[in-house]
Amino acid sequence: MPKQLIIDGKAFEAEDGITVLQACEQAGVEIPRFCYHERLTIAGNCRMCLVEVQGMPKPVASCAMGVSDLPPNRDGTPKQIMTRTPMVKKAREGVMEFLLVNHPLDCPICDQGGECDLQDQAMAYGSGGSRYDENKRAVEEKYLGPLIKTAMTRCIQCTRCVRFMTEIAGVEELGAIGRGEDMEITTYLERGMISEMSANVVDLCPVGALTHRPWAFSARPWEMRKTESIDVMDGVGSSIRIDARGSEVMRILPRNNDLVNEEWISDKTRHVADGLRTQRLDQPYVRRNGRLEPASWDEALAAAGMRLKDTPSQRIGTIVGDLAGAEEMFALADLMGRLGSRNIDCRQDGAKLDPALGRASYVFNATIEGIEKADAILLVGTNPRLEAAVLNSRIRKRWRQGGLKVGLIGAPVDLTYACEHLGAGPQTLVEVAEGRHPFAKVLAEAKHPLVIVGQAAARRADGAAVLATVAKIALAASQGKDMGATAFNVLHTVGGRVAGLDLGIVPGEGGMDTGGMVAAAGAGKLGVLFLLGADEIDMTKLGSAFVIYLGSHGDAGAHRADVILPGAAYTEKSATYVNTEGRVQMTHKAAFPPGAAKEDWTIVRALSEQAGNKLPYDNVTVLRKAMYEKAPRLAWMAGAGAENVSGVEKAAARGGQMANDAFGAVITDFYLTNPIARASAVMAELSAIKRNAAARPAAAE
Amino acid sequence: MSNRRFHPEQPANFAFNAENEAWARATIAKYPPGRQASAVIPLLMRAQEQCNGWLPEPACKLVAHMLGMAEIRVYEVATFYTQFQLSPVGSKAHVQVCGTTPCMLRGAEAIRDVCKRRIHDEPFHLSADGAFSWEEVECAGTCANAPMVQIAKDTYEDLTPELMDRLLDGFAKGQPPKPGSQTGRTASAPAGGTTTLKEAALYDGSTVGGWRVKFDERIAKADAAAAAAAAASAEKK
Repeated sequence: MPKQLIIDGKAFEAEDGITVLQACEQAGVEIPRFCYHERLTIAGNCRMCLVEVQGMPKPVASCAMGVSDLPPNRDGTPKQIMTRTPMVKKAREGVMEFLLVNHPLDCPICDQGGECDLQDQAMAYGSGGSRYDENKRAVEEKYLGPLIKTAMTRCIQCTRCVRFMTEIAGVEELGAIGRGEDMEITTYLERGMISEMSANVVDLCPVGALTHRPWAFSARPWEMRKTESIDVMDGVGSSIRIDARGSEVMRILPRNNDLVNEEWISDKTRHVADGLRTQRLDQPYVRRNGRLEPASWDEALAAAGMRLKDTPSQRIGTIVGDLAGAEEMFALADLMGRLGSRNIDCRQDGAKLDPALGRASYVFNATIEGIEKADAILLVGTNPRLEAAVLNSRIRKRWRQGGLKVGLIGAPVDLTYACEHLGAGPQTLVEVAEGRHPFAKVLAEAKHPLVIVGQAAARRADGAAVLATVAKIALAASQGKDMGATAFNVLHTVGGRVAGLDLGIVPGEGGMDTGGMVAAAGAGKLGVLFLLGADEIDMTKLGSAFVIYLGSHGDAGAHRADVILPGAAYTEKSATYVNTEGRVQMTHKAAFPPGAAKEDWTIVRALSEQAGNKLPYDNVTVLRKAMYEKAPRLAWMAGAGAENVSGVEKAAARGGQMANDAFGAVITDFYLTNPIARASAVMAELSAIKRNAAARPAAAE
Repeated sequence: MSNRRFHPEQPANFAFNAENEAWARATIAKYPPGRQASAVIPLLMRAQEQCNGWLPEPACKLVAHMLGMAEIRVYEVATFYTQFQLSPVGSKAHVQVCGTTPCMLRGAEAIRDVCKRRIHDEPFHLSADGAFSWEEVECAGTCANAPMVQIAKDTYEDLTPELMDRLLDGFAKGQPPKPGSQTGRTASAPAGGTTTLKEAALYDGSTVGGWRVKFDERIAKADAAAAAAAAASAEKK
């Protein structure tokens, strides 16, 4: 039952179950706070949110007071909540004074300066000066891992970081030891934290106690140009904000997006920023006499274009990489189509996903937000914690609410929530599909069952058969539940894949797929291999094929290449990406590509002239128009879900024999999954730490 | 209060002895499934008792594993409650001197000075022979017999510096005095003997039913007065 309140003199109808703070917030009244955070449990320990409630003798912590707990007035009139009375002002000034008693006055050398909650609120709600002239408390520094720089003397003990690690990240490493003034945030014996989400605690920290170590002392928030964009490090497509100064991306922060990442991002998304500065391809190269030599754009394009023109179309192959945007994929596919080549594939890992079956057969139909409705989840050949850390925390969020059963078929992994390991491979999958396994009953009885299939299952040689079995399980589980296609969910691990499938970048009739092209190149049957940022294939097996590499980083592909065309990274172009849900999103240009590098689609366009088949788009608007004609779904920005179930049905109808070997792991090293991450020193350090940490207990045993 | 941390020197490992192990299992079983973590304080206390009065780090780790808790959560508990001693304490006695107002008013500071002189200048430090250590604590609840100290589970009350010296001597010799008041009084009976309810008759049984005498007397007096009044009025007539 909604509750009538009078907030600062204005009548307000508060829905049941919210807190006084939320009611004030909804009524447009700002309440200062430090410990309260809408996505964490309520602690009520900072006392900054005190308000006056009619009939209560003392100020009330509004974050911890539910509106339904307010006793009614005796005469039945609505309760008055006052936030601008002298009592509240005095209470806020008092709390602020206490918080500042032990907070150092080191704002000029603090990295949080300029975006510090304590600074802002001290200005807004504090008293003018200080009455305190005793010694301040000093706290020893703590080691919280390589990403988090600590200045624990600044800590105001809000415990947001402790709650985040325990509740959202699901890694109980951080705690508050001691009591009272001596309370300190630390890990057990200062061993640091290992989590894919750990750097989010820095965003949560309302003061400068936790700051980002990799960016320490490099920039002030007001110096940076902020660009809202999209992350492509994994299939989630988290909303990010890119902060750049001059031509350099200084840092990447999460943006609030309830549909996708709430307000978390993984450590890889955030700290890959230094990888955007190193190992960059900043000018074209052409291989002469076995050595890659710097060349001009004209030379490089001529060399590549001549090869494309002179090679018979069936001897041209194209492999599209994991980070490519839809624009360049479309332009390149268009060019190859015009040249008559059918050997093209966007599935670098050989996943047996076929866009011809329909969109529902290759996206995460339930949507990430839809996970919160699920009451049974079957994971097949996937480790969401590494493959999509933010999505994993959404499953954990649902699990914490209770009533969620999770089963896993594949390699056993720690997922931060209780998960029943059903089996390792297709045998168990068949048991579930045929209803012989107890988990089949769980799925059948669930109101909203989800089956999430990972690339470890899809990329196998028998991937089509595995996907068909999974689709059958999903269809059986959703029978009579009015779920559409939402029971069948494909979890992608890379940012560019779904857009590639949407554009139909798979081998044409008689064309070769990734494996086929690599084999053909090795056997000398492929003259030219075009790699659009494709680095995950085995470059040693490409034989004598002439390799054209278009990409942003000097990784495996560039080392093997005969012509290198330097492109832009995702922070340097406005490109369309589709996340694993099928949500179409666009990145925005936060900085210019380094040196002579250009936006990828313009390179393809320039190359098309040299290859003798000029693409008919002069600007990105015309290109997008053509792209939307080919794949109309790409024009539907930001929406996801509601795919036609026929895609799943068609996927289920695909037959084939499944091998018996267990599902493997797609990601063995979370921090080094793509060329940008591999160029990042921070990611390399994290990877080494994680490897050593994994080796340690084994050595102890 | 100071920062509470694990002692830098720790034993390599810790295990409950058979008796404590059985006790710990029984204690854990008292709580409903999924709520085993509630047993953390009793288990830590038992571990502390087994380790001569202090709590080593391997014991915390063991308790965490026994209860399925994260180690940091047990560490939080162990550092929060000052009853857990995180560094070694005296082998013969760890003296907890109450310094709260009633004891302070009755001379707790002099008791503390004895500890400083005889044990160590600083709290939580072992005496030279390792037999004693001391700390100042908040109210231990025998305010009527202030000042007091607590050693292990016993309290020693009504202390003076001399009595405190004698107390420590007793512990040093392995013959601790009887717990309770050190001046010989029972519980918190008045110091220096009773001041009220002293008549011997109160205790020899002669007063049993004494209340009735008063009533009988009053009734007799009233009856006599009534009879006298009746006689007087009869005479008038």
